Amino acid sequence: MNLQLKPLSWILSALILGSASYATAESAEDKGLAIAQKTKQSDLGWRDMQAQMTMVLRNSQGQESIREIRLKSLEQETDGDKSLSIFDKPLDVKGTAFLSFSHPVGADDQWLYLPALKRVKRIASRNKSGPFMGSEFAYEDLTSFEIEKYTYKFLRNEPCGVEQCSVIEQYPIDKYSGYTRRISWIDQSEYRLHKIEFYDRKGAPLKTLTYDGYKQYLGKHWRPDLMKMVNHQTKKNTDLIWSDYRFKEGLNDADFNKNSLKRAR
Amino acid sequence: MKERVFDVAIKHPIWVLLVSIILVVAAAAGAKNLVFKSDYRVFFSEENPQLTSFESMQKVYNKSDNVAFIIAPKEGSIFTPERLAAIHELTLQSWQVPYSTRVDSITNFQHTVAEDDDLIVEDLVLDPETLVQNDMPRLKTLATNDPLMRSKLISPQGHVSVVNITIQLPGINPVAEVPEVVSKIRELEAQFVKANPGVDLYLSGMIMMNNSFAEASQNDFTTLVPLMFLIVIVAIIFLLRTFSGALATIVIIIFTILSTMGLAGWTGFYLTGPSISTPTVVMTLAVADCVHILASFFYELRQGEEKSKALRTSLRINFSPVFLTSATTAIGFLSMNFSDSPPFRDLGNMVAAGVMIAFVLSITLFPALLMLLPIKVKPQKEETTGLMDKLSAFVISYRKTLLPSMTVIILALVVFVPFNKLNDDFVKYFDETVPFRQATDFMQDNLSGLTSIEISVNTGESSGINAPAYLNTVENFSQWLRAQPETDHVSTLTDIVKRLNKNMHGDDPAYYKLPENRELAAQYLLLYEMSLPYGLDLNNQLNVDKSSSRIVGTFKNLTSNEQVKLEERLYKWFADNAPQYTVQIASPTLMFAHIGQRNIQSMLIGITFALILISFLLGIALKSVRYGLISLLPNLAPAAMGFGIWYFIDGQVGLALSVVAGMTLGIVVDDTVHFLSKYRHARVDKGKDSTEAVQYAFASVGRALWITTFVLVAGFLVLAQSSFKINADMGLLTAITILIALVVDFLFLPPLLMKLDSNNTTNDQITNENKQGETDEPSTKTA
Repeated sequence: MNLQLKPLSWILSALILGSASYATAESAEDKGLAIAQKTKQSDLGWRDMQAQMTMVLRNSQGQESIREIRLKSLEQETDGDKSLSIFDKPLDVKGTAFLSFSHPVGADDQWLYLPALKRVKRIASRNKSGPFMGSEFAYEDLTSFEIEKYTYKFLRNEPCGVEQCSVIEQYPIDKYSGYTRRISWIDQSEYRLHKIEFYDRKGAPLKTLTYDGYKQYLGKHWRPDLMKMVNHQTKKNTDLIWSDYRFKEGLNDADFNKNSLKRAR
Repeated sequence: MKERVFDVAIKHPIWVLLVSIILVVAAAAGAKNLVFKSDYRVFFSEENPQLTSFESMQKVYNKSDNVAFIIAPKEGSIFTPERLAAIHELTLQSWQVPYSTRVDSITNFQHTVAEDDDLIVEDLVLDPETLVQNDMPRLKTLATNDPLMRSKLISPQGHVSVVNITIQLPGINPVAEVPEVVSKIRELEAQFVKANPGVDLYLSGMIMMNNSFAEASQNDFTTLVPLMFLIVIVAIIFLLRTFSGALATIVIIIFTILSTMGLAGWTGFYLTGPSISTPTVVMTLAVADCVHILASFFYELRQGEEKSKALRTSLRINFSPVFLTSATTAIGFLSMNFSDSPPFRDLGNMVAAGVMIAFVLSITLFPALLMLLPIKVKPQKEETTGLMDKLSAFVISYRKTLLPSMTVIILALVVFVPFNKLNDDFVKYFDETVPFRQATDFMQDNLSGLTSIEISVNTGESSGINAPAYLNTVENFSQWLRAQPETDHVSTLTDIVKRLNKNMHGDDPAYYKLPENRELAAQYLLLYEMSLPYGLDLNNQLNVDKSSSRIVGTFKNLTSNEQVKLEERLYKWFADNAPQYTVQIASPTLMFAHIGQRNIQSMLIGITFALILISFLLGIALKSVRYGLISLLPNLAPAAMGFGIWYFIDGQVGLALSVVAGMTLGIVVDDTVHFLSKYRHARVDKGKDSTEAVQYAFASVGRALWITTFVLVAGFLVLAQSSFKINADMGLLTAITILIALVVDFLFLPPLLMKLDSNNTTNDQITNENKQGETDEPSTKTA
């Protein structure tokens, strides 16, 4: 008797619970997407940005190596951002400049100016998942955040430090991504990223990125001073130290083309 | 004290049985803590210099444990759209293997081409669906001529290919990690074989080797141990003609094994390929104790003695020899503590403990069981005694021929000892029935061997690898290494730099050379690194501040000596050509290449210690320095002769055999102890002359000696059936040595004793304190 009733009561309760949650809340996917949209929205309008990046690479034995890069970016309203990176250290790559037009979907346009060769080379590659200058950051970790790059799923709310964070799972659309998913912690007050966990192609934990020292620029745009990436599989880590942020200095498309690449020093 | 122990066992057998069961169950409970470690690194102690060197290199670059899928289409060509699609799919799936950090195959090889001022970096086979037959010649030429792929990922003829998965085991749970990887690999293998019936797929690589250690050992455990039980039962029933005796012996063996393994579990031991043979060895040795007690017991019973009295007599006369032989055997096995390789220390310690447990059980539980079990004896004539009589008569009458001819035989065999080649080829640790061995042999025949040597060349300067002088050195070295006859493949950074230089100059072949300045090299590498995908970066070849790079050489399977010589040549090249760089050379195969030699050196010290201790014990037991010294010859000769014979059987010695001399020493001593003590007993206590004493010794222990030798030889021959060559060789050589020991004790020792004792009568230089037997010696010489 009891046994016969059991499946029925299960189905009933599932139906009730299911319809209840459907009625009161949007799906986890919609909620995740909404938070991603708000994150993007909250930072719109920075137009152009310049900053200094110092990378400290460490292997599992603690040996260090330093990279120094100047970064310029130009906000694009309908496409991924344009960016220009100028390498200062190590000295043998000094003056090398990297121009990239990122696109939400598909391969980015990339050019590299090699001062030793005095030529601009276009890099035709779908790969964004390799290490950036031998660091634990992949190139795809450093490109601009675009809504279309992922699908989303809201997981939960939980405290992160003094803030309350939304925890959102993101699944890369690009099949050449090195990840199956990332989990982001975004605070609810200012929509700042606090932490990202990266999962590799077999779904195993690969890296964790934490953000530190947020400062607000122009009364709107929050930028971190420090991003720490730890690789759990190789035990290597990289610190990315940001300084000298400057916004709205009137950079335009002419500063981000093949000719500007050669001039960049 | 010992009388009281016998009393308890004989009078209260039930209590002894119950107490034994409780103790054994308590001990055996520890077996739940026993785990099998299948990592090949367990063969090396933490202070092993080759291991330390390798580990430090692995911390700088990435770890290089791997699984290799070897793909051999039956039609003999990799280059068809169908086969390339299969490899593409397998490559993709391989990323799903737990702890994989990198997958290399011909399909995901990062191919670079120049088009005007564009550099295109792409998988060699990006989308298999677009492949047509027309693409094949181009791809084949490309792959089979690229220095990074040829002989590593693709055979020069293009008929066999490899998908190589780099695995980085976290090492948190070493027992579970390898099986976890292997179960996924097996799943991929099954999928692949099902989807591609026309392709042979083999599995090799260090992970598969680790797994084979575990599988071969488990296999041994399920086949050899039952076989051993069968042999013990049959031997005892046929040789001693008693079911109850066989049953009691089996109980002793089981209890001994359970408590040995249980205590090993309690004390934190773990199991490895060599140490898992502990049960077989302990079983073999435990039987000997029981046989001696049974033999005397039945002898007394046949003389018409009452059961408990017969048992008491047997225990009384056997206590000392059984204790002594157990102690010497334990010392022999304890000498393995000098080994450089932890699994053999563990084997030595576990067996030593097992032997002493067997001793305790055989003088307590064994008599108790014999009291409880029904024993029936038919008074009968001992046929074999007749045989022993004939043997002693033969030895005595031919002693003048036997002594010199045995001496010649001993020397003739010992001469061949140095001809054995030192070799630890870990591929050959497994016999041809093991799939890993088949796969690796196939790979060696078609692509490359599993011998690899990693060479780290350090400039000591940040970004120093970009300097033209450094790149030229690495290039010259790589070319030199490629020209060596044993080389199959060299993976070197300079091949990539040269290719990039060509790409940067519109693929002009004239630029397939190293760039002339440092900045160019640095910027090429920066460009290249920025366009590589996840897992295919250069971090396994370059250290973090680009001050050093790693060259990996793959070689035909080499013997240890050849590898050590090759290593010396590599160091010499750098000393001659580029002394300014710090060079470090390491690899798992080099670790194995050195361990045999290191182990033999350390075991020689161990054997010396054991020999001194054992001879000292024998001197005390025989109450004679003289007999202690005489015993040295028959104790040492068997191992030396065994290694001489080994030259004709296999001719290669390594890690496993380096411990045999030590472990057999303790066992072969037993024969000598029994024979000498009876001989001395006859000479000193009974006042017989040397000939009569020899006769007496043959008559009283000859039969027991050959029965125990039979059981020991059978036991170690069972071990010799192992598919794990370390255990098989150890078993075979031990069996040979024990058999030789009996021959020496029967055919060489008696003539020697008669000779020495007759000489000593004339010059009276006898260390023996009791000289009464010596005087009538000359009169019996003509017998």
